Amino acid sequence: MKYTSQAVAKPYFIFALILLAGEILFGLLMAIQYIYGDFLFPLIPFNVLRMVHTNLLIVMLLNGFMGATYYLVPEEAERELWSPKLAIITFWIFAAAGVATILGYLLVPYATLTELTFNNLLPTMGREFLEQPLPTKVGIVIVVLSYILNTAMTVITGRKTVITTVLLTGLAGLAVFFLFAFYVPDNLIMDKFFWWFTVHLWVEATWELIMGAILAFVLIKTTGVDREHIDKWLYLIIAMTMVSGILGTGHHFFYMGAPEYWLWIGSISSAVEPLPFLLMILFAFTMARDRKIQHDNEMALTWAKGTAVMAFLGAGVWGFFHTLAPVNMFTHGTQLTAAHGHLSFYGAYVMIVFTVISYAMPILRGRPHGNCKKAQAVELKSFWMMNIGMMGLTLALSAAGIVQILDQRVGTDLIGFMESQESIEGIYMVRAAFGVLVLTGLFTYFYSFFVKEEA
Amino acid sequence: MSKSITLKEKYPPGDFAIWIIIYVEFITFALLFLGYAFSRRLDVELFNGSQEILSQTSGFINTFILITSSYFVVKAVQNMKSMTKENYKEFNTKASRWLLFAIMCGVAFLVIKVTEFSHIFGLGINLSTNKFFMFYLLLTVFHFLHVLLGSGILFIIYKKTRIYGYTPDDYKGFETGASYWHMVDLLWIVLFPLVYIIR
Repeated sequence: MKYTSQAVAKPYFIFALILLAGEILFGLLMAIQYIYGDFLFPLIPFNVLRMVHTNLLIVMLLNGFMGATYYLVPEEAERELWSPKLAIITFWIFAAAGVATILGYLLVPYATLTELTFNNLLPTMGREFLEQPLPTKVGIVIVVLSYILNTAMTVITGRKTVITTVLLTGLAGLAVFFLFAFYVPDNLIMDKFFWWFTVHLWVEATWELIMGAILAFVLIKTTGVDREHIDKWLYLIIAMTMVSGILGTGHHFFYMGAPEYWLWIGSISSAVEPLPFLLMILFAFTMARDRKIQHDNEMALTWAKGTAVMAFLGAGVWGFFHTLAPVNMFTHGTQLTAAHGHLSFYGAYVMIVFTVISYAMPILRGRPHGNCKKAQAVELKSFWMMNIGMMGLTLALSAAGIVQILDQRVGTDLIGFMESQESIEGIYMVRAAFGVLVLTGLFTYFYSFFVKEEA
Repeated sequence: MSKSITLKEKYPPGDFAIWIIIYVEFITFALLFLGYAFSRRLDVELFNGSQEILSQTSGFINTFILITSSYFVVKAVQNMKSMTKENYKEFNTKASRWLLFAIMCGVAFLVIKVTEFSHIFGLGINLSTNKFFMFYLLLTVFHFLHVLLGSGILFIIYKKTRIYGYTPDDYKGFETGASYWHMVDLLWIVLFPLVYIIR
């Protein structure tokens, strides 16, 4: 660790991993509910589990991004963090608000929660992924703004690099697009537009900048490749990502009451969206091949390469499967969407958090050369368990989606939703099994931090 | 041996990254061109009828302007290629003059296009009018943005030639910008007959 203030990243990383464990656990409970509908009835209904599952993911990723930022920005700017104290205070605010919100979801019926949290003053609740009560949303804004302030002040007064510029642009976008979460038009179609302005422009534009910056940082550190070389790739990738990603918002406007031209804009621009991800694979593997140093922390580079591959598969390939409007007419809202959602969030974002944690955490714990060989061997096992688990889960969900489409949308001999769900039961079991593998992989990952070299 | 290495280095001209961008642009436009072609087959009459509203003359003038501008860019690149350590300042100045002509062409294209758009929008035509105009607007507005960006890029290169920023050893940036401009030109050469002419 070059700067002492980098240490503020540690609680963020640890909390992110705890939240991830929670997220997967709640995911598994839901996977069981898909098979046994009355599992946990009436304690926790499916909609609550789902809300907890997705909200934990978002908070987990924000924590991971913040940890990554606080770790990399001092090193990039070549100075201490502007205010480590602020970073720690916001950590506790964020953690407390996050826990309170999740408890709120679990302990109080959602309708009561809306009453308790002043939703009547400014109605913002009830939208997928943005279910947070008003105080939490305001809290997120405050935390994110202080996070940006801290990062910007450090960057402005220190060395400016392409990585920090890209990162700050991403963070600014993250803050700006979240503001749409506060605007809920009465018109349902308008409501969807504004909802996607937050959700899509987060995951398919601004977050990709954050991800690109983190990936570039870890690649510089683990390969020793010239910064100039990496910067060019980064610019190229993010430029393509931004153009295709912003226009690609159109693929969410299919068949929801938006004008027909969105079918074309959405289809064509999102057909191009996988290309920057393909470039990211070329980027990671070229840098790894041309590496000038052999970093002892081999797992960090493995995660970096894995991120590029899984992001391409999850966001690129699985996105492309159903992004063309004529195909989407059949796949819209089936388990195929869920398959894409799972692999893309995991491949692009959860894995970039693993990448930075695997690189930074050993250093934060006083091991500048990474964890010992034995620990890295365990970590490699966890890497494969989680990746195979996620891949299997995605394939199972894709199969489920295809059955759903054949059951309910192709031909004239169609069956109802519940009947169709019953016909998928076997596939849901496979999905749950792969989910267990992912959770086991995560615990193996945790365990790898405590493995010591034999004396 | 050394000759083959220099040849390899000089091809493709400009930065390798621009070629990735160029190919992605080609893929995107190709998808739009294909979409246009297939949609046209489904309703030839609608496409032919709507096409009559467009002015072939302004389209033709714009084609002429863009091809001419590419000629100017080629002349500028030739200046770059023939400069030596002794005369590079003079050749930078020469190239800057050709670039200025090219930029003027770019601006002329944009002005003519704006006139065309204002006429079209004045008729109350928008993306939802019909399939033909949806494609017309998507293609031409998207291309318009490329000309705008391309002119900006040419202007940046122009500024650099004014301070003799390119040397016989390093004019890669110049070729990068020139390659982008030729792409913009090439796209229009497909777009123009497809949308304005073919009936």
